Amino acid sequence: MTTTAIRPKPTPTTAARATELRERPSFLSTGILILGALYCLFPVLWVLAAASKSGTELFSTFTLAPSTHLWDNIVELTAYRDGLFWRWMLNTALYAGVGAVVSTWMSALSGYVLAKFDFPGKAGIFKVLLMGVLVPGVILAIPQYLMLAQAGLTNTYWSVLLPQIISPYGIYLARIYAAASVPGDVIEAARTEGAREMYIFNRIAMPMMLPGLVTIFLFQFVAIWNNFMLPYIMLGDDHLFPITVGLNGLLNQGASAPALYTLVLAGALLSIVPLVIMFLLLQRYWRVDLAAGAVKA
Amino acid sequence: MAMTVTRTGPAAKTAAPGSPRRAKNFKSRVLVPYAMLAPGIILFLLFMAAPIVYTLFLSFQKKKVSGLGLGKNSQSQVFAGLDNYISALTDPEFTASVLRVLLYGVILIPLMLGFALLFALLLDSRRTRAGNFSRTAIFLPYAVPAVISSLLWGFLYLPGVSPFHFVARQLGVELPSLLDPNLVTFAICNIALWGGVGFNMIVMYTSLKAVPTEIYEAAKLDGCSEVQTALRIKIPIIAPALVMTALFSMIATLQVFAEPTTLRPLANSLSTSWSPLMLVYRDAFTRNDVFSAAATSIVIAAATFIISFLFLRVVQKRAFGQEN
Repeated sequence: MTTTAIRPKPTPTTAARATELRERPSFLSTGILILGALYCLFPVLWVLAAASKSGTELFSTFTLAPSTHLWDNIVELTAYRDGLFWRWMLNTALYAGVGAVVSTWMSALSGYVLAKFDFPGKAGIFKVLLMGVLVPGVILAIPQYLMLAQAGLTNTYWSVLLPQIISPYGIYLARIYAAASVPGDVIEAARTEGAREMYIFNRIAMPMMLPGLVTIFLFQFVAIWNNFMLPYIMLGDDHLFPITVGLNGLLNQGASAPALYTLVLAGALLSIVPLVIMFLLLQRYWRVDLAAGAVKA
Repeated sequence: MAMTVTRTGPAAKTAAPGSPRRAKNFKSRVLVPYAMLAPGIILFLLFMAAPIVYTLFLSFQKKKVSGLGLGKNSQSQVFAGLDNYISALTDPEFTASVLRVLLYGVILIPLMLGFALLFALLLDSRRTRAGNFSRTAIFLPYAVPAVISSLLWGFLYLPGVSPFHFVARQLGVELPSLLDPNLVTFAICNIALWGGVGFNMIVMYTSLKAVPTEIYEAAKLDGCSEVQTALRIKIPIIAPALVMTALFSMIATLQVFAEPTTLRPLANSLSTSWSPLMLVYRDAFTRNDVFSAAATSIVIAAATFIISFLFLRVVQKRAFGQEN
């Protein structure tokens, strides 16, 4: 912890002061939060400066001082093996985007059925699902690889997309959202009108669950985009890599060719920009209440 | 609603007595929900259940080499009993990696959850300013994947790049590198703390927001200070959220893989078996020994389950006591 920003712990004296200064702004608590914010922004600000440096400047100038080579680095990165980096970016968008959309739709469907239908075996399915939430990914990756290898699917887009569509936690969340936001008599009314079940789900239930589904989508998007081990195991062809595996490989080569370091840093900067933008835009959907369902389950 | 006039239930439409109605009933009560669940069930069986069963199967197998092991049919798979488990549990590398990850978790989880709780309480306090900025900034690292954050911090740890080393050098002090063998655990802890504190803060903050404010008004009228309110009312109320974040953090800790793997090119001190999961990866893919890798994965998964259940059992009475 020695290198991180130091945040003071609140001292007992705040208790005494708080009674006197009720609603007035507190410098101490605001200060602690700002320090926390600076700690979290620091590496991002640093990479902004570092990505603008040339290879020699990286280790010679003051680390937070920006330079003028950002565009050169981006051009050089784009030229690296005929734009391989941008291919990684597109792959990542495909894995995380398509994967999360399909996964959200499937979680919504399963959660909706578990919340709104009464059928034999429902309790059992739900128990298995809850256990699935706790299954560590470690136990799955290697047999998934071996099984997909048997099917000849390793080293394809499918090998990264398919295993990540099923998300017990997503289904679990969708069940909570469906129970809370889709009234039973709306479904009944649609049925008496003669609507088919899938039509009811796609056209009536899904729109009602939409805010919750955005949360599931974000969860799943981050989970896939963050999952390093699965693509690392499944893929051998670097044209199929997502950005994480690609940059990891580039960093590995950098150990013997430090000129690649500037490319790695420019790549790291470019790769977090779209995600940060998406994050800021969809921030209000992050109403994560892990416990709400857990208590009622 | 107009619904009250009509008879409810899908079966109500076919009011004819006898078997047609029962068939319709069976269709709507059983076939329809199972048909709609089918994609989920199939994917669950293919990508979760089958891999688990397959791992269990592999963990009890071993490779048998007959003759010189050169011909095509000279290698076969035979039942190994508990051999793989015994060698996994007695492997000093495995024990060492488990100890490293335990130390990592013991440092990381209290720090991460402690800061997350502190930030969440501060955000919830009416006397804090700049709340939106801080909340966004602290949550932001969650958008950065572990590989990228390890890469950024990895460079920041290099003495030639680190601003902390720069400042220390100006003051005439030489700081030890965090990538040194005995400090690298702290280096990884910091990366995980950076990536995880904001997410846990949001979880806690969300459940704080769900508390009706009348409770606080009442406490304030009774002369409770903000700190007392936080300690005596807010923390107990969000205890379930604390339990869940702790549980998810423990599960994630046992599976640490991306951070040390990414740091390796920058830190020679990180072995290929630094964490249990790295050991599994090495056994399976570098040493081509899927059988011991399978046994080790089962051991890690079992440990995860045992720790989860023990933890939930210990805290359940306290956190969820009012539920039963």
